[in-house]
Amino acid sequence: MKKSLFPLAMTVALAMGSAASAQTLRIGLNEDPDVLDPHRARTFVGRIVFTSLCDKLIDITPELKFVPQLATEWTWTDPKTLTFKLRPGVKFHDGEPLNAAAVKANIDRARTLPDSLRKSELGSVESVEAVDDMTVALKLSRADATLLSQLSDRAGMMMSPKALASADFGQKPVCSGPYRFVERVQNDRIVLERFKDYWNAKDYNFEKVVFQPIPDTTVRLANLKAGNLDMLERLAPSDVAAVKQDSSLTFAPVSGIGYQGLTINTNNGERSKTPLGQDKRVRQALEYAIDRDVINEVVGQGIFPPAGQPFPEASPYNDKKFAAKKRDVEKAKKLLKEAGVDRVKFDLTFGTSTTTQQIAEIIQAMAAEAGFDISLRPTEFAAMQKEAQAGNFDVNVIGWSGRVDPDGNIHPFVTCKGGLNDGRYCNPEVDRLLNEARTVTDEAKRKELYDAAQTILQDELPIIYNYYQPWPFVLAKKVQGFHPYPDGMIRLKGVKFSS
Amino acid sequence: MTIAITEDLALPKKRNRVLAKFLKNRSALFGAVIVLFFVTIALMAPLVAPFDPVKPSFMTIRKPPSAIFWFGTDELGRDVFSRMVWGARASLSAGVVSVAIAVLLGVPFGLVSGYFGGWIDAAISRSTDAMLAIPFLIFAIALAAFLGPSLTNAMIAIGLSAMPIFIRLTRGQVLSVKAEDYVEGARAIGLPDFWILLRYILPNVIPPILVQATLTIASAIIAEASLSFLGLGQQPPNPSWGSMLNTAKNFMEQAPWMSFFPGSAIFLIVLGFNLLGDGLRDALDPREN
Amino acid sequence: MLRYIAKRILIAIPTILIVSVLVFTLQQLLPGDPVLTLAGEERDPQVLAFLREKYRLDDPIPVQYFAWISQVLQGNLGISLRTDIPVLTLILGKLPVTIELAIFAMMVALVIGIPAGILSAVRKGTSVDYAANVVALSGLSIPNFWLGILLIMLVSVRWKLLPASGFVPPSEDLWLNIKTMIMPAFVLGTGLAASLMRHTRSAMLGVLRSDYIRTARAKGLLGRVVIMKHALRNALVPIITLSTLLFGELLAGAVLTEQIFTIPGFGKLIVDAVFNRDYAVVQGVVLCTAVGFILMNLLADVLYVLANPRLRHAR
Repeated sequence: MKKSLFPLAMTVALAMGSAASAQTLRIGLNEDPDVLDPHRARTFVGRIVFTSLCDKLIDITPELKFVPQLATEWTWTDPKTLTFKLRPGVKFHDGEPLNAAAVKANIDRARTLPDSLRKSELGSVESVEAVDDMTVALKLSRADATLLSQLSDRAGMMMSPKALASADFGQKPVCSGPYRFVERVQNDRIVLERFKDYWNAKDYNFEKVVFQPIPDTTVRLANLKAGNLDMLERLAPSDVAAVKQDSSLTFAPVSGIGYQGLTINTNNGERSKTPLGQDKRVRQALEYAIDRDVINEVVGQGIFPPAGQPFPEASPYNDKKFAAKKRDVEKAKKLLKEAGVDRVKFDLTFGTSTTTQQIAEIIQAMAAEAGFDISLRPTEFAAMQKEAQAGNFDVNVIGWSGRVDPDGNIHPFVTCKGGLNDGRYCNPEVDRLLNEARTVTDEAKRKELYDAAQTILQDELPIIYNYYQPWPFVLAKKVQGFHPYPDGMIRLKGVKFSS
Repeated sequence: MTIAITEDLALPKKRNRVLAKFLKNRSALFGAVIVLFFVTIALMAPLVAPFDPVKPSFMTIRKPPSAIFWFGTDELGRDVFSRMVWGARASLSAGVVSVAIAVLLGVPFGLVSGYFGGWIDAAISRSTDAMLAIPFLIFAIALAAFLGPSLTNAMIAIGLSAMPIFIRLTRGQVLSVKAEDYVEGARAIGLPDFWILLRYILPNVIPPILVQATLTIASAIIAEASLSFLGLGQQPPNPSWGSMLNTAKNFMEQAPWMSFFPGSAIFLIVLGFNLLGDGLRDALDPREN
Repeated sequence: MLRYIAKRILIAIPTILIVSVLVFTLQQLLPGDPVLTLAGEERDPQVLAFLREKYRLDDPIPVQYFAWISQVLQGNLGISLRTDIPVLTLILGKLPVTIELAIFAMMVALVIGIPAGILSAVRKGTSVDYAANVVALSGLSIPNFWLGILLIMLVSVRWKLLPASGFVPPSEDLWLNIKTMIMPAFVLGTGLAASLMRHTRSAMLGVLRSDYIRTARAKGLLGRVVIMKHALRNALVPIITLSTLLFGELLAGAVLTEQIFTIPGFGKLIVDAVFNRDYAVVQGVVLCTAVGFILMNLLADVLYVLANPRLRHAR
């Protein structure tokens, strides 16, 4: 009798064990997130964790349209007032209710906390009013077309006001998303567990979600292949072919809303006083010297679609007439001759990463044929930012993860006082057009403004765009229902293991 | 009756004894051969390399080893063999130059510290202890980050990180030689310190320094590879075995030859220097017969 | 004896102070603005100014140093600029991981190094000597990170025997914890094995050559096994002291191994902090490891003197 019970017990134990572990989703991240406080967080991977941890007022669809999340509807009651109706019955992870007072507390904190990084995103908000228990009105100092998209990201994430009062919120975040915070071991993992009182709990299928930062792309993929992970973000392009052929993995890429390009120092200090920095013909020649298709093929293995403008192809603000130019060495040489220069020397600075290194090497080789003598200057990211701000560069290789609203992809980079305008390019007409575009909500009118700005920018070329940043996800075969979004975030609604 | 000794019964010269001992040691010989081989290759790089090690060639990306490309090609189509040969220069100089820096800075400090004693000794010794307390690679990383990513800076960083070892070694040697009778005698008759250091102390210090230097070259080559792994060593497009290995790790499955050759080369040359150093130590050891 | 220990501790204090100055200065010299690194993709000038003030990054360096050191002496090692987690918490959390890795690696090193050293000494000059030599040195000659990746590819991906990377605390799952340690410990340990082998070999050779053993041998008194036992017992002392010192070396080697195997130990913490310009973390952790190393040295010296009474009254 005893003998026959044993295998039964073993089977039950195994089944229970595997059932419990089947409920945990393990995700491999490219790096360790920083502080887990949406108002003070800076990293891309931090946003990935927040997507599961913190709900926001509105979310986006894969087509970049806005949909309700914590807010059920919103209207512009007048051009400078945005009114939200909140979803009833929503609780924070500590049981506190979501109401207008809570929303007001959150947005006020985002605007006034000394080290809040969301201040410029909410720069147009003058005051927040709790109209009634479930209605909030944001009063603006100026018309702002970008506000909705800001509230679909960290600026619109809602945290429990009670928890916000404690000083170590960043270490123990209390939020409103489908999963709640359990623990975090720096450099090792972040563990979330299912929040039972979530307003849409039925669509979320895992008991636990574990984020594991594994910076080395080879090791991260090895973990997935070996079964230690269930999915990962940012597959290295060099592994794309192998993953496609692997029947135990699913390759799930999406074209992102960000880009990778070259910033040219046109106006920041002494080093801008070069033919490249001063003469747009030289910059145009450089653009013609680069073969984006080769970069896509050799480095990107086909997943780096060429870019000629900051707006992705899925964006309504993308215009065909600004599509990426094909390589034309003859034209490049002609332009250089017109500009009266023979050979152009400059330093190409880039952060140390294998992909960027390859791109830089390719650009060096290609541009040499047209008359450019490039010296490669790989620099640590930390040092690079400071040097960029101080103007100690000729050309930087830069990447931008992208923002849903077109303003986020262009304004900070090319306006005279733009915070990310390292080259300090300054054209009052461009400023005027882009500032106006921020206030216009009508899509067609806005596009006209962006087109007009682009016409100038494509001619003066302070930035040369290379390719659109893809988000290459890889999943274990058993992971079903995952849809990659252009913003690169991992939304777990409807995702489950196949049985 | 004693027989007059007329023949010269001089013992064989010390140097010949050392050489003979060394040559008998098979693994030391093996090490010397390996080192010599790589040094020759490095010196003759321009003559030996069939292709340009730097220029990308998009038609020949990641081709396996063949009659044309003996070691295959890398992710930008460059001949791995040519890059290996030129990379030998970078990796070897990384080893030799950093150790040279360590020795040229470390030995004088050690001499001064051990010979003069007193507060100079205390100051140098405490500082050396402090530097040794910081893990070697971390020191090197911080220095390399401070100086900026480049092969030269990596060499300086590694050299400075290895310097304390030589200070301590030299000091220890000086202390034991200082106690010898002939040195005490020289001081007693008032010979200048500088003279004593140069003529009596330094020659006795050199053998263990030589051994340590050889062994440290091996560590320095690995250190360069490690710094390259972190992005702080030899910078593109110039090759070094360490940076080649770093790029190759992303292609381990698709193009294993990209990592096999630099990895094996590093392995062999480090092994060579280690065997050589051990052999030197055995040969120079006065106790062995 | 106690006087000796007291004297050594006294000497250690200025050393630790110098380490603190060294580490602090090195950090400050690193190019780049830590605040900019903190600011990530966005760069709000108001926030940058606030952060600079909060962390007193605009104060002159000596002022910053004294502010830091006075906090350290009170037990406050500062806060990670990147994640807000106190440095002390980070250290206490990662110390057990690093120690566990170190112990496993030492075990590997001892298992390979000591027998190789003994074999090499006893069979000196023969091909066994050379073979043992080469085997032990091989571990030292392969770059850590390459061996690590090779192992991951083979053992984890192809043969699916062990987890590819990561760490599981023993309290959570002891067997899994051991499985995650095997490959990194092997990679680290083989590097140390060569040093152990060398020292075992010379220690054994020294003893085997010593007068009483030679005499006993000449008289044909001692059997081979007994010679070995005597030799080993006497050689054990320098080996033990060396082992304590090797713990310090382990940290240096662990830096890359932890990166590859994503082990959340000190090595990875420091490297990441250097690249993120997370000053407080680098300073705090390096200071701790330096203190630990100095203590190890002290322990080694004490052990050596204990085992060798003749040295007790020297100097």
